Amino acid sequence: MSLAGTVRKGYVRPLDLKHGRVDMGHGAGGRAMAQLISELFAAAFANEHLDRGDDGAVLPAPAAGERLVVATDAHVVSPLFFPGGDIGCLSVHGTINDLAVMGARPLYLAASFILEEGFPLADLARIVASMAHASRESGVPVVTGDTKVVEQGKGDGVFITTTGVGALPLGREIGGANARPGDAILVSGTLGDHGMAIMAQRESLAFDSEIASDTAALHGLIGAMLDAVPTIRVLRDPTRGGLATTLNEIATQSGVGMELDEAAIPVQPQVAAACELLGLDPLYVANEGKLIAICAADDAEPLLAAMRAHPLGSRAARIGTVTTDPNAFVQIRTSFGGRRMVDWLSGEQLPRIC
Amino acid sequence: MKYVDEFRDGTLARKLADAIARDADPGRNYAFMEFCGGHTHAISRYGVTDLLPANVRMIHGPGCPVCVLPIGRIDMAIRLALSRPDVTICTYGDCLRVPASDGLSLLKAKARGADIRMVYSAADALALAQKLPEREVVFFAIGFETTTPPTALVLRQAQALGLANFSVLCNHVLTPSAILTILESPEVRELGTVPLDGFIGPAHVSTIIGSRPYAFFAEEYRKPVVIAGFEPLDVMQAIRMLIRQVNEGRAEVENEFTRAVSEEGNLKAQGLVSEVFELRRSFEWRGLREVPYSALRIRAPFAAWDAEAKFGLEFVSVPDNRACECGAILRGVKTPIDCKLFGTVCTPENPMGSCMVSSEGACAAHYNYGRFRDIPVVAGTAS
Repeated sequence: MSLAGTVRKGYVRPLDLKHGRVDMGHGAGGRAMAQLISELFAAAFANEHLDRGDDGAVLPAPAAGERLVVATDAHVVSPLFFPGGDIGCLSVHGTINDLAVMGARPLYLAASFILEEGFPLADLARIVASMAHASRESGVPVVTGDTKVVEQGKGDGVFITTTGVGALPLGREIGGANARPGDAILVSGTLGDHGMAIMAQRESLAFDSEIASDTAALHGLIGAMLDAVPTIRVLRDPTRGGLATTLNEIATQSGVGMELDEAAIPVQPQVAAACELLGLDPLYVANEGKLIAICAADDAEPLLAAMRAHPLGSRAARIGTVTTDPNAFVQIRTSFGGRRMVDWLSGEQLPRIC
Repeated sequence: MKYVDEFRDGTLARKLADAIARDADPGRNYAFMEFCGGHTHAISRYGVTDLLPANVRMIHGPGCPVCVLPIGRIDMAIRLALSRPDVTICTYGDCLRVPASDGLSLLKAKARGADIRMVYSAADALALAQKLPEREVVFFAIGFETTTPPTALVLRQAQALGLANFSVLCNHVLTPSAILTILESPEVRELGTVPLDGFIGPAHVSTIIGSRPYAFFAEEYRKPVVIAGFEPLDVMQAIRMLIRQVNEGRAEVENEFTRAVSEEGNLKAQGLVSEVFELRRSFEWRGLREVPYSALRIRAPFAAWDAEAKFGLEFVSVPDNRACECGAILRGVKTPIDCKLFGTVCTPENPMGSCMVSSEGACAAHYNYGRFRDIPVVAGTAS
């Protein structure tokens, strides 16, 4: 966004954000691009770093005793707008959550847009406004960015890649390889909301109670959790592939098994019903505002209490235990009274959900 | 979830498990085949085997339409899609990953530029043809008697609309002839080689064809059949009913799924199907080879919407991997872990044989849900 603010007002016809469409000129590096950046992106994201209008953002070094964490996430969700959110806020939450589950304090975001020729500027403005709102709400500014335009048919409206930088205190080591036999497995709330919101929208499924995406930035919740239990061993957000896939990743990384209690896993009734209808398993459906936490068994109750005290963790639950198993199998006790494996997702369950 | 949770209730399951344990004669073994993939999935998904006594064994049958679809039929669709840029193939999602010749699947053909789309119903495929008049939309139709009436319906609609850019590549197969093939297999006929004491009959298929077609098996082969719903409590109840029939020396068709299945079935659907389809003399099933009179083809008055006729498609039979034991597994002669390929070169990501293809297949179900323990193989017999 290096041209931000360089087009003089008064001599330029303003962008038609009502009926205008993205054209190749908006990515060509000329005045049209400068105008798009200044009137849309720079106006929405305004902050001291972006406002400088340079090629990059100059940021202060982290405090002594802190390390930098970088995470990046591309967003290609279809449809772009869905109940509970849109690609804009999703692209902010996704990267913040990747930093937050590392135990890092998210500081800054960079955003890169690939726009398809012909995309309505009104939709783009909605998306950018939603991103800016999410960024301000999370206290994580978008400090630099880039825009490219591809010919019609070569994109899908808009793709957004966000990269985030965060600060991680020395000594805080949260990672998928840290789970130990006997540890407790916790989730922060109901599972499958995001994936089923997208699916219901895509398939025009109408339910009495609408399913809304759970997209949310989790760093506030994680901050409260770390205040209560600084020794949390594993944090991860179960996005694509859902709870099942994420737990299998952790089990493999840590070389442990897991045993879950199906009856304890929170799933909203309308999500369970939609999954039933489409033949999906909520354990494999994506979430965008939930996390898995693994901690020592003795820490489980205080951690659960801290989670439930936060609005994003009100339906937090303890769903299982880490076990000794060199095969790294995740097993579940079914509510029916049997036992089975919860395996890796094979193939894709739902296309383009984030 | 109302009307669903009632059929998955853990407390009722334990009571039923106790009743089964009381009914089962500890002096003998019981082996029942659940024909349908839907039952196989319910058994694995809910851990039903954990609630059964050790002397009651479930054999997973061939009732998974994706699993039994032969490679050559998928090849037909792939060849058509790759050779004709104007063709759009649409089919159900679980067909897309079925491995075909040359390392391809419909999904991989899509990556090579073929226009392959997933639909949820035959009606979606018809709607797509109306939406894309410049494209030849081919619905790759698979399934047992449950999915056949919707295919018949869209063929009739296409005819009524005079929709020239729509056709159906028909792979519909029939349940009773597959059961017959299993009963006629040498291992089952020569008593003692493979114990098979009865069948859990299909749920959804039976809503269409009714319970009457199974009477022949019960009568002729002295095998009890209990038609059951796809919920885990349905399966448990059916197992109990089968055990009682065996204990009492009965071989009858009983209906556990009375909330949906009648004796004569859905006559309207049957009429529709016979108007549009006729029997094929023979059809290849993956795992069972050629099965006589086991599939349907589109009748002559609808030939304009029959993709096989329209595009001159030829079926070429392609053998499975020689080490693949799917045939024996489908007949209950072997279990997944008896196969050398299982879990080594044949996995859900890279299925070699039919039973690994869909999550309803015996091997995939065991791999995904049960490989942490080995399905106990009850040796010996007494049938």
